[in-house]
Order: sequence, then C-alpha cells, then structure tokens
Amino acid sequence: MRETKYWTWFMAAGLLILALLGLHMVVMHLGSLTHLFAAHPDQPSVAQANSQARDASLFFTLSYVVLLGAGLFHGLYGLRVVVFELSLKPAAEKALSALLLVVGLGLFGLGTYAAFAAHGRAAGASPAVASVAGASLAGRS
Amino acid sequence: MWENVAEVREVAFHVTRFTPERDVKPRVQTFQVPVRAGMTVLEGLHYIKENLDSSLVWRYSCRMGVCGSCGMLLNGRPGLACNTQIFDIAGTDLTVGPLPNFDVVRDLIPDLVPMFSKHAGLRPHVVREDAADQDDPAGEYFQTPAQLEEFLQFTYCIKCACCMAACPTLATDAGYLGPMPLAQVQRYNVDTRDGGRGERLAAAGAAHGVFRCHYAGECSRVCPKGVDPAKAIQHLKRQLVLDYLHLARRQKPCAKQHGPGKGTRDPQIPASPPRTIGA
Repeated sequence: MRETKYWTWFMAAGLLILALLGLHMVVMHLGSLTHLFAAHPDQPSVAQANSQARDASLFFTLSYVVLLGAGLFHGLYGLRVVVFELSLKPAAEKALSALLLVVGLGLFGLGTYAAFAAHGRAAGASPAVASVAGASLAGRS
Repeated sequence: MWENVAEVREVAFHVTRFTPERDVKPRVQTFQVPVRAGMTVLEGLHYIKENLDSSLVWRYSCRMGVCGSCGMLLNGRPGLACNTQIFDIAGTDLTVGPLPNFDVVRDLIPDLVPMFSKHAGLRPHVVREDAADQDDPAGEYFQTPAQLEEFLQFTYCIKCACCMAACPTLATDAGYLGPMPLAQVQRYNVDTRDGGRGERLAAAGAAHGVFRCHYAGECSRVCPKGVDPAKAIQHLKRQLVLDYLHLARRQKPCAKQHGPGKGTRDPQIPASPPRTIGA
C-alpha cells in the first residue's frame, strides 16, 4: 500500500507541475504577448517591477510553494526509484528513503521560508507595488 | 526471403556453453549447420546434437510453440527455438544463448525456479471465498463474452520466460516480480469468478511489484504468443491507484449457477446426440 500511495502522489505531483509550471512558463515567456499577471505591462515579465509585483501577490507565493513541494516530491521519488534499481539491501533502501525525506523537507522548508520572506518584503516595502499587483490580478481575473 | 526451398546454406551457430562443474564462466562454441528453408533453430540444435556435439543440452518438449520450454536468446532477442525459423533472423551467423536474467543450469537451460516461485506466490488460480466452492468448482459460472475478453489474452501465456528475459527492470532488480507473474495477476483479478483480488493486489503493489516497471514494453514485444504483459502491468497500477483513492468499483465474484449436470439447457441449443460409449 505504501508504494501505491507514493505512486499516486507522484502522479498527482506530476499533474500539479504540469499546471503550475505551465502557468509559470506562460507568465514568464509569453508575457510580452499575453501581459498575464503583469503589473507593469510596458515592461518585460522578468523586469524587476513585475517580479516584485508577483512576489507581493499571495496567489503567486502560494503557487510557487505548491510547485516547489510537487517538484521536490516528484523528483526525489524518481531518484528513489532509480537508486532502488541498484538492488539495495532493505536496510539501505530504508535509510535512503529517510534521507530523501529529510532532504525534501529541508529544501521545502527553506524554499517556503524564502518565498514568504520575499512576499513579506515585496508587500511591506512597497505597498504601491502590492496594490498595483492586486489590482492587476483582480482586473485580469 | 529464402526463394529456393531445396537449397541448403551453411549457417554458423555460435552457441553459449556452460557446464557449472567444469567452467568458470560461459564460453561460445561455433558449429557449422546446413540449413534449408523453413528449418527452425530447434532443428538446428538437434542437428548439432546428432552430428557435431552430443553434449549440448537444452530444454524442449512440444516443438510447436505450446509448451514454452525452449525459450532462448536468439541473435540477442528472447524467443522460442521451435517457432523461430533460422532464415527469418539470421543470414550466415546465429547466436544462441540461454535466457538472460536467470542463472544457468547448463548450456542453454535457464533456472526458472525463481520465476515459478514468484508466480505461485501470487495465487494464480481462481479463488473462491466459499471453501466448498473452492474444492468443488465443477459447477457453471455465468460469464459474458465481454467479461471473458477482459482476460482472455493473458490466458495464452505459456510461461516460456521470454518476457522475463527481456525485462530491463528484472535485469537490475532480481526481486522484481516480473512481467509473467504480474500478467497472471491481472488475468485472475479481472476474472468475474475470482475472489482473490485484494490479496493479489497487495502482493503486486509491494516494494518489488508493479511500480518498479518502467514501461519499456520489451516484454510485450518478445512474447511469442502475442500476450501484452506491459498492458497488464499498467492495468494493475490503475487498479491499485483507484483502490487507494476508493474509486474502484467493487464487484462480488459471480455465484455458481448450479452443479454439474443440473442445469437446464437453453431451448435454442439443440440436444446433443445420444452417447455411443458408456450408454
């Protein structure tokens, strides 16, 4: 049952990555065409002002945290499967699973902290940017 | 294609030899075999044994692709020696070796015990919850042609181990259940007469079960009977995931309709002719 659980979450994470990474790619690379989530449409998507506006948006912060979690789980599970192919002993398999869990949680914690720190800084340091970003998001949704 | 049926051409058989009592590692011995159109690899091996080296050993029985005994590695591809014509796969050279992913008993004979142990551990038979029904399964069970079609192709498996030899996962993970046993799990799990689904799925979803499969698909490509074990494994993954998400449709095994000889015949089916023996 444990392997089934991992596999199910692996597939779900893949679907999440498809959706959220797709959104990321559209926002970043098709920004000049779509102006999607662009607080400053006159500037490129990767410009400092637009980037800061996205950081100030709670939707983007949460979506990146979810994307980070999905990416970490998907990637580390894939790594586990590949390494398990080396016919490890059960104790080594257990140790590797534990190590990957610790690494995954550590990286997720660090990434989440960084995302919320950036969100707090962008929203707090520049309320104007936040309000512009919020208005832009509201306007487009 | 070989046009002239009467013509005979020499083909070099590069045969892997291994005698555990004598050899440290397998060696290759070459034999020149006169081959005519339509001749199978099995016939070529018989020619070697009768005329060139009587010590060569391999396993075979039916000579017509039914028993699954003569699985070998033919020019790098697992197949049955009895239903592989030499000119279909070779010009002047043919390599013949034992099936990979198994220990070798001698020469071309793989040790299939691990495969059959895995197979037996998955309860590859119809399981009935009722012990009396299990012990006396001679009655009739209602099953539609569509329900039969769900598992029919997997019943064609002859346990020749070609799929196991072609599996890249099994090559690195000897504990992996492998395509043949897993295909048989699917065969019985979708059989409407069966009640052993949960037990088999638990085994199939364990650490060395279906989720180790990479879907390389080689098992299905090499199967001499046209069975699709890769498809069976994907179906098993689907069943396991749906069970985990509580989305699987539960179906009770169909009941025995009646004991042998106690049924009533469909009036549209004509009566059988009178017995000629034991009347």
